[in-house]
Amino acid sequence: MNGNSYAMIAIGIMAGVTFLLRVIPFIIFSKGETPAYIDYFGKVLPYAIMGMLVVYCLKDISFTSAPFGIPAVLAVLLVAVLHLWKKNTLISIVSGTACYMMLIHLFG
Amino acid sequence: MNMKLLKTALVKTLPVMAGYIVLGMGFGLLLRESGYGVWWAFAMSVFIFAGALQYVGVSLIASGVSFISIALTSLMINARHLFYGISMIKRYEGTGFKKIYLMHALTDETYSLVCTDSVPEGVEPHQYYLLVSFFDHIYWITGSVLGSLLGAALTFDTTGIDFVMTALFVTIFIEQWSNTKEHRPALIGVGASVICLMIFGSANFLIPAMVIIMVALMSLRGRLETKEEK
Repeated sequence: MNGNSYAMIAIGIMAGVTFLLRVIPFIIFSKGETPAYIDYFGKVLPYAIMGMLVVYCLKDISFTSAPFGIPAVLAVLLVAVLHLWKKNTLISIVSGTACYMMLIHLFG
Repeated sequence: MNMKLLKTALVKTLPVMAGYIVLGMGFGLLLRESGYGVWWAFAMSVFIFAGALQYVGVSLIASGVSFISIALTSLMINARHLFYGISMIKRYEGTGFKKIYLMHALTDETYSLVCTDSVPEGVEPHQYYLLVSFFDHIYWITGSVLGSLLGAALTFDTTGIDFVMTALFVTIFIEQWSNTKEHRPALIGVGASVICLMIFGSANFLIPAMVIIMVALMSLRGRLETKEEK
């Protein structure tokens, strides 16, 4: 098999598996009324998953070696405080990211 | 399609635009360096549309591993998407054939924008979901194509700009937190993830964390639901 057809099949597999994972929940619950517990998960799961995604973004930070996660922790705090105060998504994100980039430059 | 809808979707997706263009460029550049040009980047971003897997996919393709390991790796990296669908079943109900696209475009970032209950006033939810998904997809494709085309011509230092994604998730977390008095689901999400991260390490913690989250939320169901009705 030449390189191009190998790569094409590889991409097809990655796309296929990913699409399947995204579609399966909709297929399972496509028939008739959605069960009550799915309504319940639809309500509470976003809160839990957003918490999980925040942790996921910070997963590779090392707190045991320099800079001990300080830039990320400070920048996350800044985003949180700004957002509680101003409630403006763009201001919070731009300030937090600028702060993070400056801090890793300083510590790096 | 009205202007208000377009404008709302554009403003809401601006943080994703910044993140996807930068991360997409990184991907396009990486793919080009392993010998696959702009059409490959374009095809992967159109048909796979999953950041982490596409980055890993570059090295998988470059090293020529078996199709079985490609399928298994895709399964492991993207298994979390099973859980995103569960919370979108109700919201995507009645979208007809557009649902196929909505499901395909349900990335972490798109999910974070469409899973909130507060669709802006005067905006039709289904059109809004569709437009947010489509814009995010366009940003990702644009980023990867740019990265592939510009390649080594990029010299400015963008280290740390991927923090936009973290910041986006933090702002949504804060918004959700302020909109409810019931903080247990959010705390379960953070708690389960931190504990699993410490036990299983950063490469393997997502799936156990999700299982714990599902079990914990299931066991709280009675209490959380009665509280909501009051």
